[in-house]
Amino acid sequence: MAVSLREYRARIKSTESMKKITRAMELIAASRIIKAQQRAQAAAPYARELTRAVSAVATFSNVDHPLTREEENPKRAAVLIVTSDRGLAGAYSSSVLKEAERLAEKLRSEGKEIDTYIAGRKGEAYYKFRQRPIVQAWTGFSDQPSYDVAAEIGAALIESFLKEQGEEGDVDEVHLVYTRFRSMLTQEPTAVRLLPLEVVEAEEGESVGRPDPSDVLPLYEFEPSAEEVLDGLLPQYVQSRVFFALLQAAASELAARQKAMKSATDNADELIKKYTRIANQARQAGITQEISEIVGGVNALADANSGSE
Amino acid sequence: MAENLTVSLVAADRTVWSGEATMVIARTVEGDVGVLRGHAPMLSLLTDAVVEIAEVGGDVVIAVVDGGFLSVAGDRVSILSERAMLASEVDVDQARAELDEARGLIGSGGEAERRVRRAEARIRAVERVR
Repeated sequence: MAVSLREYRARIKSTESMKKITRAMELIAASRIIKAQQRAQAAAPYARELTRAVSAVATFSNVDHPLTREEENPKRAAVLIVTSDRGLAGAYSSSVLKEAERLAEKLRSEGKEIDTYIAGRKGEAYYKFRQRPIVQAWTGFSDQPSYDVAAEIGAALIESFLKEQGEEGDVDEVHLVYTRFRSMLTQEPTAVRLLPLEVVEAEEGESVGRPDPSDVLPLYEFEPSAEEVLDGLLPQYVQSRVFFALLQAAASELAARQKAMKSATDNADELIKKYTRIANQARQAGITQEISEIVGGVNALADANSGSE
Repeated sequence: MAENLTVSLVAADRTVWSGEATMVIARTVEGDVGVLRGHAPMLSLLTDAVVEIAEVGGDVVIAVVDGGFLSVAGDRVSILSERAMLASEVDVDQARAELDEARGLIGSGGEAERRVRRAEARIRAVERVR
């Protein structure tokens, strides 16, 4: 009996140290979420001004730009999947990968082939393990993406989008799969089409902050010309959309991690309680047995003594 | 109300400077442009250069942008640039080193020239402050 008691105590101890770790991770994630949200907020003015400028150009000039042009017969689609670098974030990565699978299924049924681009080590590992081809992967920034990374990703996507059909590595559509940060409690895997750009769209509504439809856009003068301004604007617009997605994904990842670690801590608590009860029971059982052994021994002695007299 | 310009200088990941100003001078691809109150709505491309913002009190804010846009509409001026920064935030030594390095690469393509321009713009911004 004493052996199993020692075993239970060891188990309680290890669960306790595990709890300490998960608790620490929970707190770290919680403090980083605030930072991630601040970053998202800090990036909002740029996205807002850029959206304003793009819609201004789109309104006043006849937008026909390679980045907005629909291919007549799209054959290949690029999908950028934004996952995390590290695990222990509950279902975060797997749910975004599941969403990506769904999108891939849909694109395949439309007769398009798929080029996969990945951000985050988890997604890379998932594809490598299944031996599926990845065109390009970026890793090492998932919980605090910088604009430079977004610019790099955006540039790579634009480059392959702008290639002519039939050229090596050409894609006709670019989709983006990321996790949208709705609140601390809900994060939602989302798939959006990034390219060709639809300048007038309402989806990213609340967080990017679109210009109020009621304020009338003034008649802009463009320097040097509307086309050239658009030429400069659109790639940055794409990059800022990618950046936005990365920031959202980062906040979602941290929120998911916090939630996962919180429930891990709670589970550890419960386990400790359960093991403590079992250990107490074992201890009590041990005492009871010892007492009954002693009593049994005394009785036996008394019996033997009375028998000899 | 509309005595001054409302200016915001925005980088991709933060707002670098915002406030009221009397004048903004920036360099577009077609040359320097000064914006005063009542300027016609305009949207133009900027080059890597120094931007001057004359604050209401008479102080001048000097910043450096690497490309980007200037948008003017109804006395609201927004300057968007991926990596905008104030002159006080520029690391001069780093900019000098960058300039030397980029100068060495000149002739190898447009990217080096762009880096030279960017580094020069940074150094110029710092010198302007002094």
